[in-house]
Amino acid sequence: MSPSGVKLIGAFGSPFAHRAEVALRLKGVPYELLLEELMISKSDLLLKHNPIHKKVPVLLHGDRTICESLVVLEYIDEAFDGPAIMPTDPYERAMVRFWAHFMDNKCAKPFMLSVWSEGEAQKGFLKEVKENLALLQAQLEGKRFFAGESIGYLDIVLCSLAHWLTVIEEATGVKLVADDEFPDLRRWAKEYTSNEIVKPCLPDRDRLLAFYTAHLDRYKMIAKAMLQQ
Amino acid sequence: MMKRNLTTHHSATLSAMERQEEDEDRVKLFGFWSSPYVYKVEWALRIKGIQYDYIEENLENKSDQLLEYNPVHKKVPVLIYQGKPIAESEVILEFIDEAWKHHGDRILPEDPYDRAMARFWVRFGKDTLSPPIWKWFTTQGQEQEAAYAAAVEQLQILEKELDGKRFFAGEKMGLVDLSLGPFSYIIPIYEEITGVKLIKEEKLPSLLAWMDNFLNSSIVREHLPPMDKLKLRCQAIREAFLKNTN
Repeated sequence: MSPSGVKLIGAFGSPFAHRAEVALRLKGVPYELLLEELMISKSDLLLKHNPIHKKVPVLLHGDRTICESLVVLEYIDEAFDGPAIMPTDPYERAMVRFWAHFMDNKCAKPFMLSVWSEGEAQKGFLKEVKENLALLQAQLEGKRFFAGESIGYLDIVLCSLAHWLTVIEEATGVKLVADDEFPDLRRWAKEYTSNEIVKPCLPDRDRLLAFYTAHLDRYKMIAKAMLQQ
Repeated sequence: MMKRNLTTHHSATLSAMERQEEDEDRVKLFGFWSSPYVYKVEWALRIKGIQYDYIEENLENKSDQLLEYNPVHKKVPVLIYQGKPIAESEVILEFIDEAWKHHGDRILPEDPYDRAMARFWVRFGKDTLSPPIWKWFTTQGQEQEAAYAAAVEQLQILEKELDGKRFFAGEKMGLVDLSLGPFSYIIPIYEEITGVKLIKEEKLPSLLAWMDNFLNSSIVREHLPPMDKLKLRCQAIREAFLKNTN
């Protein structure tokens, strides 16, 4: 018997929090959304429930606390009834987990550094981003969604490519993807962002653009620190 | 006892197609003798009682097969199941538990929340605990001291989570134990080489006991890397890092 009462601690503009929201909506689980103002300060609630990482999303399910977006996704899939988010076949599950790790571990840094760095270094990262996008596009295999006819785990995990990528391009003036490049990914992005379950929990584009524009310096600093690591 | 099969030979009475099918059905593992990630996978296969063919890679001269099976990362371990490759040790561990659900012990618990916790601690080990430990081992002076302090801080979090249990998973080892397991022999090697104790009894008694429980478990003690050879390798790695920063 699962505990009732689902709350999600998120933050405007966080693709990681968005992942958790989409999953809850796909399952038809009612939830209360609590928004953090991460650029200002972290709430006591967040610090209490995620003392180790102090990050969003945090899923509160009765007296249970679950952190880390990929962990939250699989929890939502397993704890609640409703349409499956993960595939059922063990090999297929291994494949989507592999690509999720690829996205979070291998793509995040070059993506970040390709927009926020400069000069020769930037060229290298741009090249890497394109290689990564090619690998991801190949997983689409001409399907409507990575999961097939409807949205699944990998679609959710790759959400930032669907919505955040063009906003960041606009905020930074760095074009990562030319208009004729990666047509399958473009098509998928349109499908994802226009989906009736996804749309309500996507951050408003104009507001997201304003957010990145306002915090350009901060992101440049984060990128600089990343480069030095 | 479980042995790795280093080569595959088939009976002459099987037809070519049967041989190919049987060959494809054999579980294969591409590995490297010192890789802790490979050992995690091997222990998991042994928990499940799965026979596998082991292929030792020369990481300085990677085989065409490895590059074909793991073109994205070009790393070990790679598990081949029914001719299909799976890479990334965390992914492989969950796959092993699911593909052989009814063989041997479960590696992940049944309850969704317990599963989420196990996955959380695996990530903690990888993203939060490993980096400062590695930094502590590959640096010196102030940088090393800072890394040491950071490592101890994360170990204390882990100590609290373990809380005197025999294994992270309870009475029997599970996903988190397998994932953190290599620390049980790597940390003592690092301590010997640096001359500094990282896991002290007064501060981390549960972890110290866990390391012992893990190393002495029937699955693990049957299959560990050659320690002398590993120690020399670690020593060489530390020296190379220190040279590079001077």
